[in-house]
Amino acid sequence: MKPPERHSAMTDSPAPLLEIAGLSANVAGKAILNGLDLVLPAGEVHAIMGPNGSGKSTLAYLLAGREGYERTAGSVRFLGRELLDMPPEERAREGVFLGFQYPVEIPGVPTASFLRAAVNAVRRHRAEPELDAAQFLKILKERRKQLNIGDEMLGRALNTGFSGGEKKRAEILQMLMLEPRLAILDETDSGLDIDALKIVADGINALRRPDRGILMITHYRRLLDYVSPDRVHVLSEGRIVRAGGVELAHELEKTGYGAASVAA
Amino acid sequence: MAKTNMAPTPESASLSNAAGAYKYGFITDIEMESAPKGLNEDTVRFISAKKDEPEWLLEWRLRAFRAWTGMSEPDWAQVAYPPIDYQDAYYYAAPKTVPGPKSLNEIDPKLLATYDKLGIPLREQERLSGIAVDAVFDSVSVATTFREKLAEVGVIFCSMSDAIKNHPELVRKYLGTVVPYSDNFFATLNSAVFTDGSFVYIPPGVRCPMELSTYFRINAANTGQFERTLIIADRDSYVSYLEGCTAPMRDENQLHAAVVELIVLDDAEIKYSTVQNWYPGDEEGRGGIYNFVTKRGACRGKNSTISWTQVETGSAITWKYPSCILQGENSVGKFYSIAITNNRQQADTGTKMIHLGRNTRSTIVSKGISAGRAQSTYRGLVRIQPGAENARNHTQCDSLLIGDRCGAHTVPYIESRNRSARIEHEATTSKISEDQLFYCRQRGLSPEDAVSLVVNGFCREVLQQLPMEFAVEAQKLVGLSLEGSVG
Repeated sequence: MKPPERHSAMTDSPAPLLEIAGLSANVAGKAILNGLDLVLPAGEVHAIMGPNGSGKSTLAYLLAGREGYERTAGSVRFLGRELLDMPPEERAREGVFLGFQYPVEIPGVPTASFLRAAVNAVRRHRAEPELDAAQFLKILKERRKQLNIGDEMLGRALNTGFSGGEKKRAEILQMLMLEPRLAILDETDSGLDIDALKIVADGINALRRPDRGILMITHYRRLLDYVSPDRVHVLSEGRIVRAGGVELAHELEKTGYGAASVAA
Repeated sequence: MAKTNMAPTPESASLSNAAGAYKYGFITDIEMESAPKGLNEDTVRFISAKKDEPEWLLEWRLRAFRAWTGMSEPDWAQVAYPPIDYQDAYYYAAPKTVPGPKSLNEIDPKLLATYDKLGIPLREQERLSGIAVDAVFDSVSVATTFREKLAEVGVIFCSMSDAIKNHPELVRKYLGTVVPYSDNFFATLNSAVFTDGSFVYIPPGVRCPMELSTYFRINAANTGQFERTLIIADRDSYVSYLEGCTAPMRDENQLHAAVVELIVLDDAEIKYSTVQNWYPGDEEGRGGIYNFVTKRGACRGKNSTISWTQVETGSAITWKYPSCILQGENSVGKFYSIAITNNRQQADTGTKMIHLGRNTRSTIVSKGISAGRAQSTYRGLVRIQPGAENARNHTQCDSLLIGDRCGAHTVPYIESRNRSARIEHEATTSKISEDQLFYCRQRGLSPEDAVSLVVNGFCREVLQQLPMEFAVEAQKLVGLSLEGSVG
């Protein structure tokens, strides 16, 4: 069953990049999201903030299609299509990218090889010709410099033995290579020192484009000093309880999340 | 990166039906000549006469046959199968049109077409560059390419039948010296009824200028394939040899009991690679090849090296332990193995490293992957004899499980009779994780590609040992063998 079209009146304007309506979800039988609403128009960067256990990572995994995350109500429209009906790889190929909070180690698979397989999977889906090794490496070389990633790291097995900072930079590199329409960054700032944070922020800023949206999930305001969001949402107990401009992030830092939910 | 035209790509092979991933399951319709069904002394004499063999070889075969009648099948491996009726099979089957060595122009076009379909073109203008191929079809070799070119540098590369005719002194000097005719049930059976195989001799000081390769094809029904391969690397020589194997999809099991003997003299090296893709049977375990093989090499000379690399993806049952006898001082034995079992496949495979000489070294890297309801066992022996002063061994055994109905087992035997020996054994068992698969899928890879990628990464250390021309194909094969193992 398709949920009712909520923007049927707005026939002239295109569907927003991401539109989440009344979304509820269970993990292992436990309700984590409880009627979450959120609209991310193309070209904008939104931050989702909230205390531990508020459902931030659940939202990220649900959008990306991880098994065990079950929608119980509501809808998620991505460019007008029902996102949650697609298998995870199709979402990725359609342009949904998740920057993992804990990037997964894949022993024996060089980072560059992995990335080429991913980029070509997306290109095949778009009916674009696959990149051969030389073409791919040329692009990879440009992007890796932006993130201060050495050639040596790209030859190492993906995330295997990477430091926390290397893992996060590798995630951003993948994002730059895959050029998603929607990037969901799950606590990409956690565990980074200030230099690494700046590099990661530069990578995110480089990706800002009118046809692209970025959803930054974060616990702290710190990242927002370098990537200025168009809007900040506060997630609490599985719902968006407040939304506002970047000033909301500053307020939260002073008053804490408890006050924010009370204010809702 | 290997050029695609160098790798034996199976693109032209017909897509098989039920087994999905198995692309080599077709049957060539060709007129065959067979020995009468069953096994007795007359069968042995028939084969020997067919090949016009000298008396000493017939005697050797008959000794083997008599020994075999008093032996029983080994039962210590972790594999299960119904009893084999050795009288209900053919021991010799050859295309009628191949009475002896012929020029390629005279070969039955059906045979050429078969090898084309398998991605091994034999015609002069279409051959794989840089790789000489001996094509063995059921019981006989149908063609060996680049023979003349190799002969220019003194390398002998021909079928075993030709070698017996044209180089009897070499065959007689070395045959059965590494794997004696009485060695074990299957090797002894092979000694009695072997029909063909490849023969390689690299003269002193020669580095073989191209990869040598034998492509084994079983085609006929109810027929066992018993090939025998003998490779001799004389002093200070080097050769890299690769064998590939495929068979049609049939509901009956077929026996493949081969023997391979390697002999390496002073300062010489043999690199022996196998990509084994015999028909594995269907998802329910019907059909498939019983691959009961004895492979052993002797590092006879000082500073000699044998390196075995195997990628075992096919066969219903694999029973195989490519081994090294490290006799020469400073000799080196290496064993790199990938064994993939899916559905109902069973593999009991590993190696034996027998250290006899001083300063001998061995390395074992085994990667076992089990999926479906398959069972995979690593079984290996490291033995240090009293004279093997300062012997070294390092063993790494890793098992990867896909799903929760398969099994992986590691059975190492370590025997040290010299206190100066240093032996290391590491083993791990892991499951392919949901996290890894989800991560790959989130980057756009299909579940099949995700499994293939993770497994290829797991096997990387071994895949890197393969000649470059074959590494790309082997990677694809790894993925294909596991199709249907997730989701």
